[in-house]
Amino acid sequence: MSLPNTTDQPVIIIIGATSAMAEQCARIWVSRHPCQLLLIGRNPETLQAIQSDLSVRSADSTIDIQVSSMESATEIEKLTEKALTDRKPDIVLIAHGTLPDQQACQSDIEKAEQAIYINGLSPALLAERFITSMQKNEKGTLAVIGSVAGDRGRKSNYVYGAAKGLLTRYLQGLQHRLAGSNVNVVIIKPGPTDTPMTAHLKADGLKMASSKAVATDIVRAIDRKNPVCYTPGKWALIMMIIRHLPRFIFNKMDI
Amino acid sequence: MSRLQSWGRLSREEHNTVSLNRRELEEQIELTAPGICYGMGRSYGDSCLNPGGTAWLTRNLDRLISFDSHDGILQCESGVLLEDIQRLLLPRGWLLPVTPGTQKITVGGAIANDVHGKNHHVYGTFGETVRSLTLQRTDGSLLTCSPDGENADWFKATVGGLGLTGIIIRAELRLRPVNGPWLTAETIPYQSLKDFFALSRSSESNWEHTVSWFDCLSGSQPKGIFLRANHCQKPVADISHKKRNLAFPIVPPLSLVNRLTLKPFNTAYYWLNRRKAGISTVHYEPFSYPLDAIANWNRMYGPNGFYQYQCVIPVNHSQAAITELLSVLRKHRQGSFLAVLKTFSDREPAGMLSFPRAGTTLALDFPNRGNKTLNLMKALDEVVADAGGRLYPAKDARMSAAMFLQGYPELQRFQTYRDPGISSAFSARTIDSITFPRKSCNEFA
Repeated sequence: MSLPNTTDQPVIIIIGATSAMAEQCARIWVSRHPCQLLLIGRNPETLQAIQSDLSVRSADSTIDIQVSSMESATEIEKLTEKALTDRKPDIVLIAHGTLPDQQACQSDIEKAEQAIYINGLSPALLAERFITSMQKNEKGTLAVIGSVAGDRGRKSNYVYGAAKGLLTRYLQGLQHRLAGSNVNVVIIKPGPTDTPMTAHLKADGLKMASSKAVATDIVRAIDRKNPVCYTPGKWALIMMIIRHLPRFIFNKMDI
Repeated sequence: MSRLQSWGRLSREEHNTVSLNRRELEEQIELTAPGICYGMGRSYGDSCLNPGGTAWLTRNLDRLISFDSHDGILQCESGVLLEDIQRLLLPRGWLLPVTPGTQKITVGGAIANDVHGKNHHVYGTFGETVRSLTLQRTDGSLLTCSPDGENADWFKATVGGLGLTGIIIRAELRLRPVNGPWLTAETIPYQSLKDFFALSRSSESNWEHTVSWFDCLSGSQPKGIFLRANHCQKPVADISHKKRNLAFPIVPPLSLVNRLTLKPFNTAYYWLNRRKAGISTVHYEPFSYPLDAIANWNRMYGPNGFYQYQCVIPVNHSQAAITELLSVLRKHRQGSFLAVLKTFSDREPAGMLSFPRAGTTLALDFPNRGNKTLNLMKALDEVVADAGGRLYPAKDARMSAAMFLQGYPELQRFQTYRDPGISSAFSARTIDSITFPRKSCNEFA
């Protein structure tokens, strides 16, 4: 089904395309201009539903889907090889992830291992593979969804935070490597966002940004090739304070 | 838990909010029932509220499923906004046949309230544009309903059924072709109710949209503005259409609509619009949804919120009853900034509890001044009931069970289609406090 990039339609690959933020980004992209989209995710039914939705929104776009679990280096190799056959992406968005239960990860390190893999290693290795190809093509922007949780470890979610921190450092390395080239890396750091992944937090009364608002920020950051994008913007300030809080104060906080 | 409000902002109570998502829908509903669906919260009263209980948020069910660009048939989930549908499909030459005064509402809400627009005499209510709908019941069963095929009785109960028969999760809608966004609109000032009825009668055969606003403080023969419009048949060269985006950023400490401001507001509105008398070409958005240009306009009524009172009076009594309603307003020395008058045609209603019926509908907005406002509406109720009229549940926050029952003779039949796992503040206040005679209940069971 994949088409060579012969038209002027932007070629966009989304990994973790069933996440609420990624779905909203895809809607924005197809509403602006017909695209050649490749949606990669784990659940074939959900991918198909999103494919139908986007096809209604933009009849002129080409929307393909690819199923992969992204859970090992071998699978990541296969996934990228297949996705990059006949495709020279203008944009790659890596958006998959889970929000693990911190307590469960502490008592069961297998869960912690899984959480660190899927939120940290898996996107980092995917980034490595896509960047290699984009560097060869001498074009493209890679955006990866990290998290404000990766900026400083804290007791309530350091397993997730460590994975996102790993990812942030990896991407910083890529940015350093690609400095001066035509390939860009954008690190997205959303604050708590209203998605199915955080439904239980919302039930506790936490105020959250809508995935649509966050997606608008992500798309804008990609357009502008911003190296780092906190969304909503206020999180840049909040995290600057959190990162710089002296330990004796930080350790007294119940966050 | 979070606090939910409806459009009237009369209450701000805690709800157990559950954002529905497709993968776990059945489980979510089963675990948290009883509850009521909450979409955009654009119902004015309490039909979308369930204080202290569960509110199922439907906004995340917002995927489009398919669109047949030959016949204009759209399948979508129930949390999709009418605004999104129209903005997406207008460039392809399609619009929804029926929309109310705002397009910032969900498809599910439009069906559950069987909303109507300015073109009732041509396209009827929103329910008439629905070809089929999927209903998730709280017992886990899933029903597909269509107007003349499968589960037609469930369809009739669900259209206008205030979300009480199950959770509408998907629908198939029939759109209407248009030649672009433009309307030819005519603004006609009028000086009496008699003129309004004459204008309505003479406009119905040649104009798709008809509506009027009037100054309810201008005496027994009110001054008003009659608007009528048709979609332009031929494409119109680009006229500049500026989208205004105003907003009420805060809630003022008191209602901006009050005794001091009401008279000048109304007079100014009349004279400003009078200057526009004549024919012009207008974009469908500012014509059909003028208030959508001002985000949170409901804050204008201050911290205590406001009531909307919308009734329909059968044809034979229309003029007399509306004259009487206006005299009640004068007696109570209260008025409304937005007083809307419109006639409905005698179409077969799409749902058992659909509001529109042949006659004239009057909509009034009152700032909430406690008992004074409640007493006024009680007095209005008497006039409406005497004339055999009824009130619109989507706008209501206070009508008595008896008032609801007398206006909706099919209520008892409707009860047999209720989902026992669904209740709202509105249903608790009205239907659930009525004891229906047991014998006839069994007839339908």
